[in-house]
Amino acid sequence: MATLYEGYTLCGVGPVQNSSNIGILGVEQGRDIDYVLVTDSSRSITVYKVSDQKPTGSWSVKQGQIISCPAVFNTQSQEYVVVTDDRVVRVWKEDDVNLEKAFKATVSADVLRVLSATDSEPVVLFCCGAVRFLDSLLASPQQPIEDVLTEDEIIRWSTIVKAEHQLVVLFSTEQRGEHCLYVQRFNPNTLVKHRIETEPGLSAPISFSATCRGSNIHLLYLYLNGSVYESVLPFRSSSTGAEGVQALSCSLCLSLPLGEEKLMSGAAVVLDEAHVAVIGFPHPSAGACKDYLCIWNTHFQTLQASKEMAGRIYSQLWCYSGKLYVPHGKMLSVIPFDCQKSSLAAAMGKLKQTSRSGKDFSVEIWNICPNVKSALTVDQLVEHIKTSAVEDVQAEVGEFIRRAPQADLQLAAGRVALELVSRSQTDANFYPQCAFLQLLETRYLCYSVCPELLSLAMVKKDFHLCQIAFQIFSDIPEAVTCACLKAILSTPDLEMETVNLDTDSVIFMKELTQAHSRSDEEGGQLNGFCPPALESDVSDTPSNKLQRDPLSLDMSCPVGLHKGALLNEVLQTAYSDRSLLPHLKDLTVPQVIVFLQYLRFLYFKYSHDAHKQIRALRTPSISQIIDWVCLLLDAHFTVLAVAPEAKRLVFDLHKFVRSQVKLYAELGKIEGSLQVLKNSKQSEDFGMYAIQVIELF
Amino acid sequence: MGEFKVHRVRFFDYMPSGIRALAFNRDIERIAVARMDGSVEVFHCSDRFFQEKIIPGREQCGIEGLSWVGERLFSAGLNGGITEYDLTNQKVKYTVDAYGGPIWTIAGNQQGTHLAVGCEDGTVKLFEVNEDKIQFERNLDRQKSRIISLSWHPSGSKIAAGMMDMIQIFNVETGHSVHRLLADRGVGTSRSKECVVWSVVYLSDGTIISGDSVGMVKLWDDQTGTLIKSHNVTKCDVLALSVSQNEDSLVAGTSEGTVVQFQFISMVLGKDDKEWVRTRTFKNHTHDIRAVAEITTAVVSGGMDAQLVVRPLLDKVEVRSAASALRKIHFPHRRLVSCARKSGLMLFQYPGHLELWRLGESEGKGMPGSSLFVKRNPEKLLHLKVKGEDHIRCSAVSPCGEWIVYSTASSLRLYRLHCDNNNVSITKISKLPMVLSSANQLCFSSDSSHLFSASTQSSVHLVSLSQSGCKFVGTLKPKSGERTIGFGVLHIIEDGKWLASANSDHEVHIYNLQTRKAHCTVPVYSSAVTAMGIHPTTNCLFMMYADQQMCEYSIEQKQYTDWSRMVQRKGLHRFWMERDTPCLNVMFNPQHPSHVILHDTYMLCIIDQSLPLPDDKTQFYNQLTLKSLPEEQRKSHSHAFKVCKTFKDILCVELMSDQSLVVVERPLEDVASQLPAPIKQKKFAT
Repeated sequence: MATLYEGYTLCGVGPVQNSSNIGILGVEQGRDIDYVLVTDSSRSITVYKVSDQKPTGSWSVKQGQIISCPAVFNTQSQEYVVVTDDRVVRVWKEDDVNLEKAFKATVSADVLRVLSATDSEPVVLFCCGAVRFLDSLLASPQQPIEDVLTEDEIIRWSTIVKAEHQLVVLFSTEQRGEHCLYVQRFNPNTLVKHRIETEPGLSAPISFSATCRGSNIHLLYLYLNGSVYESVLPFRSSSTGAEGVQALSCSLCLSLPLGEEKLMSGAAVVLDEAHVAVIGFPHPSAGACKDYLCIWNTHFQTLQASKEMAGRIYSQLWCYSGKLYVPHGKMLSVIPFDCQKSSLAAAMGKLKQTSRSGKDFSVEIWNICPNVKSALTVDQLVEHIKTSAVEDVQAEVGEFIRRAPQADLQLAAGRVALELVSRSQTDANFYPQCAFLQLLETRYLCYSVCPELLSLAMVKKDFHLCQIAFQIFSDIPEAVTCACLKAILSTPDLEMETVNLDTDSVIFMKELTQAHSRSDEEGGQLNGFCPPALESDVSDTPSNKLQRDPLSLDMSCPVGLHKGALLNEVLQTAYSDRSLLPHLKDLTVPQVIVFLQYLRFLYFKYSHDAHKQIRALRTPSISQIIDWVCLLLDAHFTVLAVAPEAKRLVFDLHKFVRSQVKLYAELGKIEGSLQVLKNSKQSEDFGMYAIQVIELF
Repeated sequence: MGEFKVHRVRFFDYMPSGIRALAFNRDIERIAVARMDGSVEVFHCSDRFFQEKIIPGREQCGIEGLSWVGERLFSAGLNGGITEYDLTNQKVKYTVDAYGGPIWTIAGNQQGTHLAVGCEDGTVKLFEVNEDKIQFERNLDRQKSRIISLSWHPSGSKIAAGMMDMIQIFNVETGHSVHRLLADRGVGTSRSKECVVWSVVYLSDGTIISGDSVGMVKLWDDQTGTLIKSHNVTKCDVLALSVSQNEDSLVAGTSEGTVVQFQFISMVLGKDDKEWVRTRTFKNHTHDIRAVAEITTAVVSGGMDAQLVVRPLLDKVEVRSAASALRKIHFPHRRLVSCARKSGLMLFQYPGHLELWRLGESEGKGMPGSSLFVKRNPEKLLHLKVKGEDHIRCSAVSPCGEWIVYSTASSLRLYRLHCDNNNVSITKISKLPMVLSSANQLCFSSDSSHLFSASTQSSVHLVSLSQSGCKFVGTLKPKSGERTIGFGVLHIIEDGKWLASANSDHEVHIYNLQTRKAHCTVPVYSSAVTAMGIHPTTNCLFMMYADQQMCEYSIEQKQYTDWSRMVQRKGLHRFWMERDTPCLNVMFNPQHPSHVILHDTYMLCIIDQSLPLPDDKTQFYNQLTLKSLPEEQRKSHSHAFKVCKTFKDILCVELMSDQSLVVVERPLEDVASQLPAPIKQKKFAT
């Protein structure tokens, strides 16, 4: 997830004198990452220390002279370089005060730009497309400069890329509506011309950004229709050096949403392999206002961060060492950003974000294959959910789930669920239980995608939904587990019995409550499944056999079947005891006692091996039960010690546990003896000497 | 595959001697170990800790300290002498008396110019190390109590000396004491006991680290003579200290058997002010640790329990492999037992005597896995004490069982054994040829007609044996110049035609015994030869290396065999390479020419060269699986390596001529039960 931090103003942007619509000629990297070199379109060049927001040096040219390209810093010679009046190259050092007294040389052709990369000699790009290293140019300034471009070919954009000590100059040209990209490599000097081919009907690319990753140059360019294309160029020139124009293959990597207004300009800059910053394009959910700086994820096509920019946007954007430089209004703002490694979960917002404001965040689903015919698109469905009646919504959601392709559904389920929950929360009459169940059954939901769902179900007393959610969600926080437990315990049994629950779990409870008496009665039923219809009459038989039990255990179930089934689901949730413990303390005394009674009941039943005969898909294990008993005792120790009604319960439990401990102690002894027997079998000691027979296979 | 009748022998009471001192030489990657019985061993640290050299000890020579000076090794002991060793010939070169009473410690400076010894009379004596000898130079200021420990400052200008209750810092130039650091005695009852500074380490930044009998590791400043910090490591003694080369890690060995590591690290991440912090504790010993050495990637420790433990420091190890695993070396990497294959006799070599045993006899047949009824118990025929103080270096019994030979550093003795029924008598062969004055390695020919002796000179001497006595026949010398057969694995084949010898330079020479000329040399491999054997029918030399590789070399064709090339090409199985003890014997079964029998300390292995080699995906230890399979399926599941893990702590395996195997085991529990009691430690509430 990318973040845009609070920005600050670096400097003002001077009044626009010329017609070029540009306030700043350029922002270039200074002598280290904390310094930038701002060349404004008037006559001055200023060095800023970015962290201090302070200028540390400023130079200006005389009245009548014009700075014709952004100044750059030559890190090799620690000198600044600028070109004035198209042909005069000026070079000066940090401590030179007057630019007029600095070194200057007049060259024989118009210079377009001076390009500088860290730790390498600056490169001078002439308007005619020729390229010279600065030092070789200054050695003989009047050397003839050849024409590379045809007469009416104009350079629109240029940059320099450096990797592995290799420099590459890229520039794009326009000639009668045809756009070309030139790639100038050095040592050996090669110039390759590529034709930028895009879909017909596209106008000129309005912004370029090039980065070097691995052994390739990734070039990103933005069109006015919002399409961002990417081309990959090999860093090293192919040895063929083919003459003529090569077509530049490109792929669409992002298409930005457009507002109603017609756009005139915009800029994009690559931040890392998955993120691109865009300015001048409208925010997808902020309406027509287009003055937004946005960070988009090109892998998942999601908007990651955005920031509103006050004032006029100049369609200029620079990025140096984790900071974006945006001229807007009357100022140049520095906006630090952070692009974390993108994962699908982060892109979809499934990973928790600490600094996430709902307003700035929006998930945009990109229909990559729009030809798939679906009854409704997600957006349409979401719109419908906002207004339609419950029945319609349920039908539409069902239809959507059936028709949507799996991959889309995975992305859409969360969004639909969120929308349904938010409608249900605001509209008391709106509760599409069916739709929720269907969404849950897709198994694409989890607690974090739609946290409100479970609490909504609790509010609506929809225990069926709760049960299913408990079965499907694996990431329910302990606090919510406890809240659910509390709600279940506080709901009267009578009310609970009317709830429609998962039959498997109810059958398990029925079997469990009756297993004891049955196993006493006859052995024939031991491994058979009993139809539930037969059970009701058996359950009430007062079992006189209980009296024979030396421990005289109370084997009656303290809660109703349905409540028991729900409690079983709670017992099987994942939790960490340290986080659970504080929340468990919220239970009231009667709740604690009922719960403990129920756990005791389960424990007794399990100790009599009753559960082994019951076939059910999901049953709490004995260790889960014991863990919960421990937790409950820990959390409510004093309550259980003081409360008179708990006395009998605790006494019974203790008696039984003590008997079990005795039993296991005896088992431990047996285990010890068996172990000794086993060991003695293994190492038959033969003393000092033996003649044995071995066989090798 | 086959059944074997195995004589499991456990009555060889071999007792490894406790380790007294360690010295690590970083340049040649060797670690020298001095034991309580006065023997000195040299291990090659980067060749799987193979025991390259053993210099046998003497009676009454308690070594207290070891020190490398360049590639020369010196020791000093309670007999008051300083000894230099001749490592190529594995013997004592000379001994110089220091005339200061018993010597407690010896330390060489980093420049390699001087040795300092700490004596009972309270003097630190400096010796100058000359080209071929050492020469007494002078005494430093004499102290009142004995000098227990010494450490040179890396610059060689100062010496720290640990004594009773104090540490003295001497200026080497003047010989005067610069500082006196008083070590505190223990509290309570131990108040009255002296505090012995068992070990000191002088770091280049002027820090002196001491380990004492109160259980403290103390850090001192040599400028001010003040205590910087003290760590209470144990309730007993801290006996040994060792610091790493770049002085960022220190290990301390205690008498509880623990090794405690200290590291010089910054307390705050990224800050530069570093401190010595106690970091790890290793417990691999049951008894006192008398010596520790911090080598670059591991901590080596040894003590009273006689095992050498190499504990890798995993943060320093770049690649985890079998070479960087925890290693415990219990037994010498050479054979102490020789067997007379044809007459069922075994010769056990103890430091001071030899024992000759006759194997027992069984009756009837038994199922695989069962024990047979022992009709006749094994019988001790002979107990032969060594004359003189020197310990035995090597010994051998001839295959026919008629001859016994042993050699110490100073003498070689040959006996003829007469066995008629129950009467055993021996006669010493007098008038031995001059060349048989001493030997590094001894071996009889398979027909018992000749004795081969690897001499301290450069060659193998050939002596013929007969009823009347023995006669020098000739000397086998390698072709290329004067080479010393230092480490000798010596072997003769059945028809007596070939002889192969390996030396400590990893060279293997093959001689033709008929012409008595060098035949060829096997290409030198980077790892040492641990065992080899010449196949009786194919005349191939089979060699095992310390890094667990194996090679088969055809003597007649003077090249590696196809099988050997295939092994090299396919690689050996991971589990084979991960074994941590070297193979100590290579034998051949005349009935199955394709079988090679090998053993190390933990297993016995038969390699069937006719079967496919296992790759890393096949189950290596497959004997149990094969056992459970029906007969007809075994073929498809079996591979060349048939490993039997029934036996452990094996000292020797030999195939007798009646196809039975002799396996001599020395269970570590038996060794442990004969060790003195360790320091009593309180366990829980006892």
